[in-house]
Amino acid sequence: MYRVVEIEEVVTETPTIKTFFFRDNSEPQPGQFYMIWLPGVDEFPMSISYIGEIKGFTVKRVGAGTARMHQLQKGDKLWIRGPYGRGFRISQKKALFVGGGSGMATLAPLIDMMPGDVVIAARTRDELLFRKRFAGRKVYLATDDGSEGFKGFAHELVEKLLHQEDYEIIYTCGPELMMRKIIDIAISKGIDVQASLERLMKCGIGICDSCSINGYRVCVDGPVFFKDELVKMKDLGKYKRDKAGRRVPL
Amino acid sequence: MLSFTLNGLRFKNPLILASGILDESGETMLKVIEHGAGGVVTKSIGRKPREGYENPVIYELPYGLLNAIGLANPGIENYGEEIKVAKKGGVPVIGSVFGSTVEGFVYLAKKMEEYGADAVELNLSCPHAKGYGMEVGTDIALVEEIVEGVKKEISIPVWAKITPNTENLVKIAKAVEGADALVLINTVKAMAIDIEAGMPVLSNKFGGLSGPCIKPIGVRAVYEVYREVEKPIIGVGGITYGRDAIEYLMAGATALQVGTAVYLRGIEVFSLIAKEMEEWMEKHGYAHFTELIGLAQVR
Repeated sequence: MYRVVEIEEVVTETPTIKTFFFRDNSEPQPGQFYMIWLPGVDEFPMSISYIGEIKGFTVKRVGAGTARMHQLQKGDKLWIRGPYGRGFRISQKKALFVGGGSGMATLAPLIDMMPGDVVIAARTRDELLFRKRFAGRKVYLATDDGSEGFKGFAHELVEKLLHQEDYEIIYTCGPELMMRKIIDIAISKGIDVQASLERLMKCGIGICDSCSINGYRVCVDGPVFFKDELVKMKDLGKYKRDKAGRRVPL
Repeated sequence: MLSFTLNGLRFKNPLILASGILDESGETMLKVIEHGAGGVVTKSIGRKPREGYENPVIYELPYGLLNAIGLANPGIENYGEEIKVAKKGGVPVIGSVFGSTVEGFVYLAKKMEEYGADAVELNLSCPHAKGYGMEVGTDIALVEEIVEGVKKEISIPVWAKITPNTENLVKIAKAVEGADALVLINTVKAMAIDIEAGMPVLSNKFGGLSGPCIKPIGVRAVYEVYREVEKPIIGVGGITYGRDAIEYLMAGATALQVGTAVYLRGIEVFSLIAKEMEEWMEKHGYAHFTELIGLAQVR
Protein backbone atom coordinates (compact mmCIF):
# COMPACT_ATOMS: atom_id res chain seq x y z
CA MET A 1 0.00 0.00 0.00
CA TYR A 2 1.29 3.44 -0.83
CA ARG A 3 1.33 6.48 1.43
CA VAL A 4 0.79 9.83 -0.23
CA VAL A 5 3.18 12.58 0.89
CA GLU A 6 3.23 16.22 -0.14
CA ILE A 7 6.34 17.93 -1.41
CA GLU A 8 7.06 20.87 0.92
CA GLU A 9 10.14 22.25 -0.79
CA VAL A 10 12.26 21.60 -3.86
CA VAL A 11 15.96 22.51 -3.89
CA THR A 12 18.03 22.46 -7.06
CA GLU A 13 21.38 20.97 -6.04
CA THR A 14 23.14 20.65 -9.41
CA PRO A 15 22.04 20.96 -13.05
CA THR A 16 20.85 17.32 -12.91
CA ILE A 17 20.01 16.79 -9.22
CA LYS A 18 17.15 18.12 -7.09
CA THR A 19 16.11 17.46 -3.49
CA PHE A 20 12.44 17.02 -2.63
CA PHE A 21 11.49 17.58 1.02
CA PHE A 22 8.42 16.00 2.60
CA ARG A 23 7.01 14.82 5.93
CA ASP A 24 6.43 11.16 6.69
CA ASN A 25 6.41 9.38 10.03
CA SER A 26 8.52 6.41 8.94
CA GLU A 27 11.90 6.06 10.66
CA PRO A 28 14.53 5.16 8.08
CA GLN A 29 18.19 4.33 8.71
CA PRO A 30 20.88 5.93 6.54
CA GLY A 31 21.29 3.76 3.43
CA GLN A 32 17.69 2.56 3.31
CA PHE A 33 15.46 3.32 0.34
CA TYR A 34 11.83 3.83 -0.64
CA MET A 35 9.90 3.00 -3.78
CA ILE A 36 8.42 6.16 -5.31
CA TRP A 37 5.40 5.82 -7.58
CA LEU A 38 4.38 8.59 -9.95
CA PRO A 39 0.98 7.30 -11.09
CA GLY A 40 0.82 6.69 -14.81
CA VAL A 41 4.56 7.32 -15.19
CA ASP A 42 6.87 4.94 -13.32
CA GLU A 43 7.90 3.53 -9.98
CA PHE A 44 11.54 3.52 -8.93
CA PRO A 45 13.75 3.01 -5.87
CA MET A 46 15.22 6.05 -4.15
CA SER A 47 17.51 6.23 -1.16
CA ILE A 48 16.71 8.68 1.62
CA SER A 49 18.98 11.74 1.80
CA TYR A 50 17.50 13.48 4.86
CA ILE A 51 16.09 11.40 7.69
CA GLY A 52 14.80 13.84 10.29
CA GLU A 53 11.22 14.96 10.80
CA ILE A 54 11.50 16.59 7.39
CA LYS A 55 12.75 13.94 5.02
CA GLY A 56 14.30 14.27 1.60
CA PHE A 57 14.91 12.42 -1.61
CA THR A 58 17.81 13.75 -3.66
CA VAL A 59 17.10 12.68 -7.20
CA LYS A 60 19.31 12.66 -10.28
CA ARG A 61 17.52 12.92 -13.61
CA VAL A 62 18.35 9.68 -15.39
CA GLY A 63 15.18 8.37 -17.08
CA ALA A 64 11.51 9.03 -17.73
CA GLY A 65 10.46 8.62 -14.09
CA THR A 66 13.10 10.89 -12.60
CA ALA A 67 12.61 13.42 -15.42
CA ARG A 68 8.93 13.62 -14.49
CA MET A 69 9.88 13.93 -10.83
CA HIS A 70 12.08 16.91 -11.66
CA GLN A 71 8.99 18.72 -12.96
CA LEU A 72 7.22 18.36 -9.61
CA GLN A 73 6.89 21.37 -7.35
CA LYS A 74 5.92 22.34 -3.83
CA GLY A 75 2.41 21.03 -3.12
CA ASP A 76 2.66 18.11 -5.55
CA LYS A 77 2.30 14.57 -4.25
CA LEU A 78 4.48 11.48 -4.13
CA TRP A 79 3.25 7.94 -3.60
CA ILE A 80 5.78 6.05 -1.51
CA ARG A 81 6.32 2.66 0.12
CA GLY A 82 9.16 1.74 2.42
CA PRO A 83 11.65 2.21 3.99
CA TYR A 84 13.22 -0.96 2.66
CA GLY A 85 16.49 -2.81 2.85
CA ARG A 86 19.48 -2.81 5.15
CA GLY A 87 21.24 0.49 5.76
CA PHE A 88 24.75 1.38 6.87
CA ARG A 89 26.14 0.06 10.13
CA ILE A 90 27.65 2.85 12.20
CA SER A 91 31.23 2.15 13.24
CA GLN A 92 33.59 3.55 15.88
CA LYS A 93 36.47 3.24 13.41
CA LYS A 94 38.15 6.22 11.79
CA ALA A 95 36.06 6.73 8.68
CA LEU A 96 36.41 8.04 5.17
CA PHE A 97 33.21 8.62 3.19
CA VAL A 98 33.49 8.45 -0.59
CA GLY A 99 30.50 9.55 -2.67
CA GLY A 100 30.48 9.67 -6.44
CA GLY A 101 27.85 11.73 -8.27
CA SER A 102 24.38 11.24 -6.80
CA GLY A 103 25.82 8.47 -4.57
CA MET A 104 26.58 11.30 -2.16
CA ALA A 105 22.82 11.52 -1.47
CA THR A 106 22.83 8.02 0.04
CA LEU A 107 25.87 8.67 2.23
CA ALA A 108 24.79 12.12 3.46
CA PRO A 109 22.45 11.09 6.31
CA LEU A 110 25.15 8.71 7.59
CA ILE A 111 27.75 11.47 7.52
CA ASP A 112 25.32 13.66 9.52
CA MET A 113 25.36 10.97 12.23
CA MET A 114 29.05 10.10 12.62
CA PRO A 115 32.52 11.66 12.39
CA GLY A 116 34.90 11.14 9.48
CA ASP A 117 36.39 12.82 6.43
CA VAL A 118 34.50 13.15 3.17
CA VAL A 119 35.38 12.76 -0.51
CA ILE A 120 32.85 14.28 -2.88
CA ALA A 121 33.51 13.22 -6.44
CA ALA A 122 31.81 14.09 -9.71
CA ARG A 123 32.52 14.39 -13.40
CA THR A 124 32.71 18.16 -13.22
CA ARG A 125 32.45 20.96 -10.62
CA ASP A 126 28.76 21.75 -11.26
CA GLU A 127 27.85 18.17 -10.32
CA LEU A 128 29.60 18.11 -6.92
CA LEU A 129 26.73 17.29 -4.56
CA PHE A 130 26.34 18.59 -1.00
CA ARG A 131 29.65 20.46 -0.95
CA LYS A 132 28.26 22.85 1.69
CA ARG A 133 26.39 20.29 3.79
CA PHE A 134 29.19 18.94 5.97
CA ALA A 135 30.52 21.81 8.07
CA GLY A 136 33.39 21.39 10.52
CA ARG A 137 35.17 18.46 8.91
CA LYS A 138 37.61 17.75 6.14
CA VAL A 139 35.87 17.65 2.78
CA TYR A 140 37.94 16.72 -0.27
CA LEU A 141 36.63 17.42 -3.77
CA ALA A 142 37.51 15.47 -6.90
CA THR A 143 36.44 16.01 -10.49
CA ASP A 144 37.18 13.82 -13.48
CA ASP A 145 37.89 16.89 -15.59
CA GLY A 146 39.84 18.78 -12.93
CA SER A 147 37.45 21.74 -12.94
CA GLU A 148 37.66 21.75 -9.13
CA GLY A 149 39.69 19.97 -6.47
CA PHE A 150 41.66 16.85 -7.23
CA LYS A 151 41.83 16.09 -10.95
CA GLY A 152 41.05 12.43 -11.48
CA PHE A 153 38.88 9.59 -10.29
CA ALA A 154 37.66 9.18 -6.72
CA HIS A 155 39.69 6.02 -6.14
CA GLU A 156 42.90 7.80 -7.14
CA LEU A 157 42.23 10.48 -4.53
CA VAL A 158 41.39 7.79 -1.97
CA GLU A 159 44.73 6.07 -2.56
CA LYS A 160 46.48 9.39 -1.99
CA LEU A 161 44.52 10.10 1.21
CA LEU A 162 45.32 6.64 2.57
CA HIS A 163 49.00 7.61 2.51
CA GLN A 164 48.23 10.68 4.65
CA GLU A 165 45.74 9.29 7.19
CA ASP A 166 45.13 5.92 8.83
CA TYR A 167 41.50 5.41 7.89
CA GLU A 168 40.05 2.18 9.25
CA ILE A 169 36.80 2.07 7.30
CA ILE A 170 35.55 3.42 3.98
CA TYR A 171 31.86 4.03 3.36
CA THR A 172 31.07 4.40 -0.31
CA CYS A 173 28.24 4.95 -2.77
CA GLY A 174 28.50 5.90 -6.41
CA PRO A 175 29.00 4.42 -9.86
CA GLU A 176 29.63 0.67 -9.65
CA LEU A 177 33.05 0.83 -11.31
CA MET A 178 34.15 3.47 -8.80
CA MET A 179 32.95 1.32 -5.90
CA ARG A 180 34.64 -1.78 -7.32
CA LYS A 181 37.96 0.10 -7.37
CA ILE A 182 37.49 1.42 -3.83
CA ILE A 183 36.49 -2.00 -2.50
CA ASP A 184 39.59 -3.51 -4.13
CA ILE A 185 41.75 -0.85 -2.46
CA ALA A 186 40.12 -1.56 0.92
CA ILE A 187 40.68 -5.30 0.50
CA SER A 188 44.33 -4.91 -0.51
CA LYS A 189 45.07 -2.49 2.36
CA GLY A 190 43.15 -4.48 4.96
CA ILE A 191 40.70 -1.63 5.61
CA ASP A 192 37.05 -2.26 6.42
CA VAL A 193 34.45 -1.16 3.85
CA GLN A 194 30.69 -0.78 3.44
CA ALA A 195 29.15 -0.04 0.04
CA SER A 196 25.62 0.82 -1.04
CA LEU A 197 24.92 -0.94 -4.33
CA GLU A 198 22.49 -0.10 -7.08
CA ARG A 199 21.05 -2.67 -9.45
CA LEU A 200 18.00 -2.82 -11.68
CA MET A 201 15.20 -3.22 -9.18
CA LYS A 202 11.60 -4.24 -9.78
CA CYS A 203 9.76 -5.44 -6.66
CA GLY A 204 11.93 -3.92 -3.91
CA ILE A 205 10.79 -6.55 -1.42
CA GLY A 206 13.07 -9.51 -2.08
CA ILE A 207 11.08 -11.82 -4.32
CA CYS A 208 11.60 -11.07 -8.02
CA ASP A 209 15.38 -11.73 -8.22
CA SER A 210 15.94 -8.80 -10.62
CA CYS A 211 18.47 -6.98 -8.44
CA SER A 212 20.38 -10.04 -7.25
CA ILE A 213 24.15 -10.13 -7.55
CA ASN A 214 25.87 -13.47 -6.93
CA GLY A 215 22.95 -14.64 -4.81
CA TYR A 216 22.64 -11.41 -2.77
CA ARG A 217 19.44 -9.45 -3.16
CA VAL A 218 20.27 -5.74 -3.27
CA CYS A 219 16.73 -4.81 -2.15
CA VAL A 220 16.57 -6.80 1.11
CA ASP A 221 20.04 -8.24 1.84
CA GLY A 222 21.43 -4.77 0.92
CA PRO A 223 21.50 -2.21 -0.55
CA VAL A 224 24.36 -1.72 1.92
CA PHE A 225 26.79 -4.64 1.95
CA PHE A 226 29.70 -5.34 4.26
CA LYS A 227 33.21 -6.36 3.38
CA ASP A 228 32.74 -10.12 3.91
CA GLU A 229 29.88 -10.05 1.39
CA LEU A 230 31.50 -7.66 -1.08
CA VAL A 231 34.55 -9.89 -1.47
CA LYS A 232 32.26 -12.68 -2.68
CA MET A 233 30.58 -10.56 -5.38
CA LYS A 234 32.56 -11.57 -8.41
CA ASP A 235 30.09 -9.85 -10.76
CA LEU A 236 30.47 -6.46 -9.05
CA GLY A 237 31.94 -4.01 -11.53
CA LYS A 238 31.90 -6.65 -14.25
CA TYR A 239 28.44 -8.02 -15.00
CA LYS A 240 24.90 -6.82 -14.48
CA ARG A 241 21.50 -8.30 -15.21
CA ASP A 242 19.26 -6.58 -17.73
CA LYS A 243 15.47 -6.20 -17.53
CA ALA A 244 14.98 -9.72 -18.90
CA GLY A 245 17.43 -11.14 -16.36
CA ARG A 246 20.26 -11.79 -18.79
CA ARG A 247 23.75 -11.57 -17.30
CA VAL A 248 25.57 -9.04 -19.46
CA PRO A 249 28.88 -7.15 -19.20
CA LEU A 250 28.56 -3.91 -17.22
CA MET B 1 9.64 -37.63 8.62
CA LEU B 2 9.66 -35.32 5.58
CA SER B 3 11.80 -36.99 2.93
CA PHE B 4 10.02 -38.75 0.07
CA THR B 5 10.18 -39.72 -3.58
CA LEU B 6 7.97 -38.18 -6.23
CA ASN B 7 8.14 -39.24 -9.89
CA GLY B 8 11.38 -41.03 -9.05
CA LEU B 9 12.94 -37.84 -7.68
CA ARG B 10 14.25 -37.79 -4.14
CA PHE B 11 13.20 -34.79 -2.03
CA LYS B 12 14.50 -34.11 1.50
CA ASN B 13 11.21 -32.38 2.30
CA PRO B 14 8.00 -31.52 0.39
CA LEU B 15 8.60 -27.75 0.49
CA ILE B 16 9.55 -26.68 -3.02
CA LEU B 17 10.26 -23.10 -4.11
CA ALA B 18 7.34 -21.95 -6.32
CA SER B 19 8.02 -20.56 -9.78
CA GLY B 20 8.50 -16.81 -10.04
CA ILE B 21 10.11 -16.20 -6.66
CA LEU B 22 13.90 -15.80 -6.38
CA ASP B 23 14.52 -18.22 -9.20
CA GLU B 24 15.80 -16.26 -12.16
CA SER B 25 19.47 -16.79 -11.38
CA GLY B 26 21.14 -20.03 -10.37
CA GLU B 27 23.04 -18.39 -7.55
CA THR B 28 19.86 -17.11 -5.91
CA MET B 29 18.28 -20.56 -6.19
CA LEU B 30 21.34 -21.94 -4.39
CA LYS B 31 20.67 -19.49 -1.55
CA VAL B 32 17.08 -20.73 -1.31
CA ILE B 33 18.32 -24.34 -1.25
CA GLU B 34 20.79 -23.44 1.53
CA HIS B 35 17.79 -22.24 3.52
CA GLY B 36 16.06 -25.59 3.41
CA ALA B 37 13.98 -25.82 0.22
CA GLY B 38 13.35 -29.45 -0.77
CA GLY B 39 13.45 -28.48 -4.44
CA VAL B 40 13.26 -25.39 -6.63
CA VAL B 41 11.14 -24.48 -9.63
CA THR B 42 12.74 -21.91 -11.92
CA LYS B 43 11.16 -18.71 -13.13
CA SER B 44 9.00 -19.45 -16.18
CA ILE B 45 11.24 -19.38 -19.21
CA GLY B 46 10.13 -18.70 -22.78
CA ARG B 47 11.71 -18.79 -26.24
CA LYS B 48 12.99 -15.23 -26.28
CA PRO B 49 14.29 -12.83 -23.63
CA ARG B 50 11.36 -10.86 -22.22
CA GLU B 51 11.63 -7.70 -20.14
CA GLY B 52 8.24 -7.97 -18.48
CA TYR B 53 6.02 -5.05 -17.54
CA GLU B 54 7.04 -1.61 -16.40
CA ASN B 55 6.86 -0.81 -12.69
CA PRO B 56 4.80 -1.02 -10.55
CA VAL B 57 4.88 -4.80 -10.95
CA ILE B 58 4.09 -5.61 -7.35
CA TYR B 59 1.71 -4.33 -4.70
CA GLU B 60 1.86 -5.24 -1.02
CA LEU B 61 -1.48 -5.89 0.65
CA PRO B 62 -2.22 -6.72 4.29
CA TYR B 63 -3.24 -10.23 3.25
CA GLY B 64 -0.92 -11.08 0.36
CA LEU B 65 0.77 -9.77 -2.74
CA LEU B 66 -0.54 -8.68 -6.10
CA ASN B 67 1.94 -8.99 -8.96
CA ALA B 68 2.22 -8.59 -12.69
CA ILE B 69 5.88 -9.10 -13.46
CA GLY B 70 4.88 -10.11 -16.98
CA LEU B 71 6.88 -13.31 -17.44
CA ALA B 72 10.19 -11.46 -17.52
CA ASN B 73 12.92 -14.00 -18.28
CA PRO B 74 16.29 -14.24 -20.04
CA GLY B 75 15.03 -16.65 -22.70
CA ILE B 76 15.72 -20.37 -22.91
CA GLU B 77 18.95 -20.04 -24.93
CA ASN B 78 20.50 -18.04 -22.07
CA TYR B 79 19.29 -20.31 -19.29
CA GLY B 80 21.56 -23.37 -19.34
CA GLU B 81 24.15 -21.85 -17.03
CA GLU B 82 21.54 -20.94 -14.40
CA ILE B 83 20.27 -24.54 -14.25
CA LYS B 84 23.83 -25.80 -14.01
CA VAL B 85 24.54 -23.52 -11.04
CA ALA B 86 21.24 -24.34 -9.29
CA LYS B 87 21.95 -28.06 -9.65
CA LYS B 88 24.98 -27.66 -7.37
CA GLY B 89 22.48 -27.36 -4.50
CA GLY B 90 21.86 -31.11 -4.60
CA VAL B 91 18.05 -30.96 -4.67
CA PRO B 92 15.71 -31.43 -7.65
CA VAL B 93 15.60 -28.43 -9.99
CA ILE B 94 12.39 -28.17 -11.95
CA GLY B 95 12.44 -26.03 -15.09
CA SER B 96 9.29 -23.96 -15.57
CA VAL B 97 8.39 -23.06 -19.15
CA PHE B 98 5.67 -21.04 -20.86
CA GLY B 99 4.57 -20.99 -24.46
CA SER B 100 1.47 -20.62 -26.58
CA THR B 101 1.67 -23.70 -28.79
CA VAL B 102 2.42 -27.41 -28.42
CA GLU B 103 5.62 -26.99 -30.46
CA GLY B 104 6.70 -24.07 -28.30
CA PHE B 105 6.29 -26.03 -25.08
CA VAL B 106 8.02 -29.07 -26.55
CA TYR B 107 11.04 -27.02 -27.66
CA LEU B 108 11.41 -25.43 -24.23
CA ALA B 109 10.92 -28.69 -22.33
CA LYS B 110 13.55 -30.46 -24.43
CA LYS B 111 15.98 -27.63 -23.74
CA MET B 112 15.33 -27.89 -20.02
CA GLU B 113 15.99 -31.62 -20.15
CA GLU B 114 19.19 -30.99 -22.11
CA TYR B 115 20.30 -28.43 -19.47
CA GLY B 116 19.92 -31.03 -16.75
CA ALA B 117 16.59 -30.05 -15.17
CA ASP B 118 15.16 -32.91 -13.09
CA ALA B 119 11.59 -32.23 -14.22
CA VAL B 120 9.65 -29.69 -16.25
CA GLU B 121 6.73 -27.62 -14.99
CA LEU B 122 4.37 -26.36 -17.70
CA ASN B 123 3.04 -22.90 -16.86
CA LEU B 124 -0.56 -23.18 -18.06
CA SER B 125 -1.79 -20.61 -15.61
CA CYS B 126 -0.05 -17.21 -15.41
CA PRO B 127 -3.01 -14.79 -15.07
CA HIS B 128 -1.44 -11.65 -16.50
CA ALA B 129 0.35 -12.37 -19.80
CA LYS B 130 -1.50 -12.00 -23.03
CA GLY B 131 -1.45 -15.12 -25.18
CA TYR B 132 0.25 -17.22 -22.51
CA GLY B 133 -0.42 -18.93 -19.20
CA MET B 134 -4.05 -18.95 -18.25
CA GLU B 135 -5.19 -17.92 -21.75
CA VAL B 136 -3.64 -21.16 -22.99
CA GLY B 137 -4.48 -23.05 -19.81
CA THR B 138 -8.24 -22.62 -20.05
CA ASP B 139 -8.41 -24.16 -23.53
CA ILE B 140 -9.14 -27.74 -22.52
CA ALA B 141 -8.26 -29.36 -25.85
CA LEU B 142 -5.01 -27.37 -26.15
CA VAL B 143 -3.71 -28.15 -22.65
CA GLU B 144 -4.28 -31.83 -23.27
CA GLU B 145 -2.28 -31.65 -26.52
CA ILE B 146 0.51 -29.68 -24.84
CA VAL B 147 0.88 -32.20 -22.04
CA GLU B 148 0.76 -35.18 -24.40
CA GLY B 149 3.14 -33.50 -26.83
CA VAL B 150 5.71 -32.74 -24.15
CA LYS B 151 5.36 -36.16 -22.49
CA LYS B 152 6.16 -37.89 -25.78
CA GLU B 153 9.33 -35.88 -26.37
CA ILE B 154 11.12 -35.89 -23.02
CA SER B 155 11.94 -38.55 -20.48
CA ILE B 156 12.07 -36.42 -17.30
CA PRO B 157 8.81 -35.94 -15.34
CA VAL B 158 6.30 -33.35 -16.54
CA TRP B 159 4.31 -31.28 -14.07
CA ALA B 160 1.28 -29.25 -15.22
CA LYS B 161 0.54 -26.06 -13.27
CA ILE B 162 -3.08 -25.14 -13.79
CA THR B 163 -5.16 -22.07 -13.07
CA PRO B 164 -7.87 -21.49 -10.47
CA ASN B 165 -9.34 -18.72 -12.65
CA THR B 166 -11.91 -20.97 -14.30
CA GLU B 167 -15.15 -22.76 -13.59
CA ASN B 168 -13.65 -25.78 -15.37
CA LEU B 169 -10.95 -26.63 -12.85
CA VAL B 170 -11.75 -30.32 -12.67
CA LYS B 171 -12.15 -30.62 -16.47
CA ILE B 172 -8.75 -28.98 -16.98
CA ALA B 173 -7.21 -31.21 -14.32
CA LYS B 174 -8.56 -34.28 -16.10
CA ALA B 175 -7.30 -32.95 -19.43
CA VAL B 176 -3.74 -32.71 -18.08
CA GLU B 177 -3.82 -36.04 -16.29
CA GLY B 178 -1.23 -37.32 -18.73
CA ALA B 179 1.30 -35.28 -16.76
CA ASP B 180 3.29 -36.92 -13.96
CA ALA B 181 1.95 -34.47 -11.39
CA LEU B 182 -0.47 -31.58 -11.24
CA VAL B 183 0.48 -28.28 -9.61
CA LEU B 184 -2.31 -26.14 -8.28
CA ILE B 185 -2.94 -23.33 -7.94
CA ASN B 186 -1.32 -20.39 -9.69
CA THR B 187 -2.21 -16.85 -8.57
CA VAL B 188 -5.77 -15.58 -8.68
CA LYS B 189 -6.48 -12.88 -11.25
CA ALA B 190 -7.04 -9.62 -9.39
CA MET B 191 -6.74 -5.83 -9.38
CA ALA B 192 -6.03 -3.05 -6.92
CA ILE B 193 -6.90 0.60 -7.43
CA ASP B 194 -5.16 3.40 -5.55
CA ILE B 195 -8.03 5.69 -4.65
CA GLU B 196 -5.79 8.75 -4.23
CA ALA B 197 -4.39 8.25 -7.74
CA GLY B 198 -7.71 7.06 -9.12
CA MET B 199 -6.11 4.32 -11.19
CA PRO B 200 -5.05 0.69 -11.00
CA VAL B 201 -1.71 0.34 -9.25
CA LEU B 202 -0.07 -2.25 -11.51
CA SER B 203 1.15 -0.93 -14.84
CA ASN B 204 -0.51 -3.99 -16.40
CA LYS B 205 -3.70 -3.15 -14.45
CA PHE B 206 -4.44 -6.87 -13.82
CA GLY B 207 -2.23 -9.11 -11.79
CA GLY B 208 -2.10 -12.32 -9.81
CA LEU B 209 -3.00 -12.42 -6.13
CA SER B 210 -0.93 -14.66 -3.88
CA GLY B 211 -0.33 -15.27 -0.20
CA PRO B 212 -2.52 -16.14 2.81
CA CYS B 213 -5.68 -14.69 1.25
CA ILE B 214 -5.75 -17.32 -1.51
CA LYS B 215 -5.06 -20.36 0.67
CA PRO B 216 -8.74 -21.37 0.96
CA ILE B 217 -9.01 -21.24 -2.84
CA GLY B 218 -5.96 -23.48 -3.21
CA VAL B 219 -7.13 -25.91 -0.56
CA ARG B 220 -10.52 -26.15 -2.24
CA ALA B 221 -8.90 -26.74 -5.64
CA VAL B 222 -6.63 -29.49 -4.31
CA TYR B 223 -9.55 -31.11 -2.49
CA GLU B 224 -11.76 -31.08 -5.59
CA VAL B 225 -9.12 -32.36 -7.97
CA TYR B 226 -7.82 -35.07 -5.61
CA ARG B 227 -11.15 -36.84 -5.88
CA GLU B 228 -11.08 -36.85 -9.66
CA VAL B 229 -7.52 -37.58 -10.76
CA GLU B 230 -5.07 -40.35 -9.97
CA LYS B 231 -1.89 -38.32 -10.34
CA PRO B 232 -0.04 -36.70 -7.42
CA ILE B 233 -0.99 -33.10 -6.67
CA ILE B 234 1.49 -30.42 -5.63
CA GLY B 235 -0.36 -27.85 -3.56
CA VAL B 236 0.56 -24.16 -3.72
CA GLY B 237 -1.14 -20.95 -2.65
CA GLY B 238 -0.63 -19.17 0.66
CA ILE B 239 1.47 -21.78 2.45
CA THR B 240 3.16 -19.70 5.13
CA TYR B 241 3.31 -21.79 8.30
CA GLY B 242 3.53 -25.49 9.10
CA ARG B 243 -0.21 -25.62 9.75
CA ASP B 244 -0.91 -24.39 6.20
CA ALA B 245 1.27 -27.18 4.81
CA ILE B 246 -0.62 -29.75 6.92
CA GLU B 247 -3.92 -28.36 5.65
CA TYR B 248 -2.90 -28.77 2.01
CA LEU B 249 -1.69 -32.32 2.70
CA MET B 250 -5.00 -33.18 4.33
CA ALA B 251 -6.83 -31.81 1.27
CA GLY B 252 -4.87 -34.24 -0.90
CA ALA B 253 -1.52 -32.66 -1.80
CA THR B 254 1.52 -34.95 -2.01
CA ALA B 255 4.04 -32.12 -2.15
CA LEU B 256 3.92 -28.36 -1.66
CA GLN B 257 5.28 -25.15 -3.11
CA VAL B 258 6.08 -21.97 -1.23
CA GLY B 259 6.38 -18.49 -2.76
CA THR B 260 4.93 -15.40 -1.13
CA ALA B 261 5.91 -16.69 2.33
CA VAL B 262 9.51 -15.89 1.35
CA TYR B 263 8.41 -12.25 1.43
CA LEU B 264 6.40 -12.67 4.63
CA ARG B 265 8.91 -14.67 6.69
CA GLY B 266 12.22 -14.36 4.85
CA ILE B 267 14.27 -16.78 2.80
CA GLU B 268 14.63 -19.11 5.82
CA VAL B 269 10.90 -19.87 5.59
CA PHE B 270 11.54 -23.36 4.17
CA SER B 271 13.38 -24.63 7.21
CA LEU B 272 10.89 -22.84 9.49
CA ILE B 273 7.87 -24.55 7.89
CA ALA B 274 9.65 -27.93 7.88
CA LYS B 275 10.31 -27.62 11.61
CA GLU B 276 6.73 -26.58 12.31
CA MET B 277 5.42 -29.56 10.33
CA GLU B 278 7.63 -31.96 12.26
CA GLU B 279 6.58 -30.49 15.59
CA TRP B 280 2.90 -30.80 14.70
CA MET B 281 3.29 -34.38 13.48
CA GLU B 282 5.20 -35.41 16.60
CA LYS B 283 2.56 -33.89 18.82
CA HIS B 284 -0.21 -35.64 16.90
CA GLY B 285 1.51 -39.00 16.52
CA TYR B 286 2.34 -39.08 12.82
CA ALA B 287 5.58 -40.73 11.78
CA HIS B 288 5.67 -39.44 8.20
CA PHE B 289 3.90 -36.62 6.38
CA THR B 290 2.54 -38.96 3.70
CA GLU B 291 0.12 -40.33 6.33
CA LEU B 292 -1.67 -36.98 6.14
CA ILE B 293 -2.33 -36.97 2.40
CA GLY B 294 -6.05 -36.75 1.69
CA LEU B 295 -6.94 -37.25 5.35
CA ALA B 296 -9.68 -34.62 5.27
CA GLN B 297 -11.41 -36.08 2.23
CA VAL B 298 -14.95 -37.15 2.94
CA ARG B 299 -15.41 -40.43 1.12
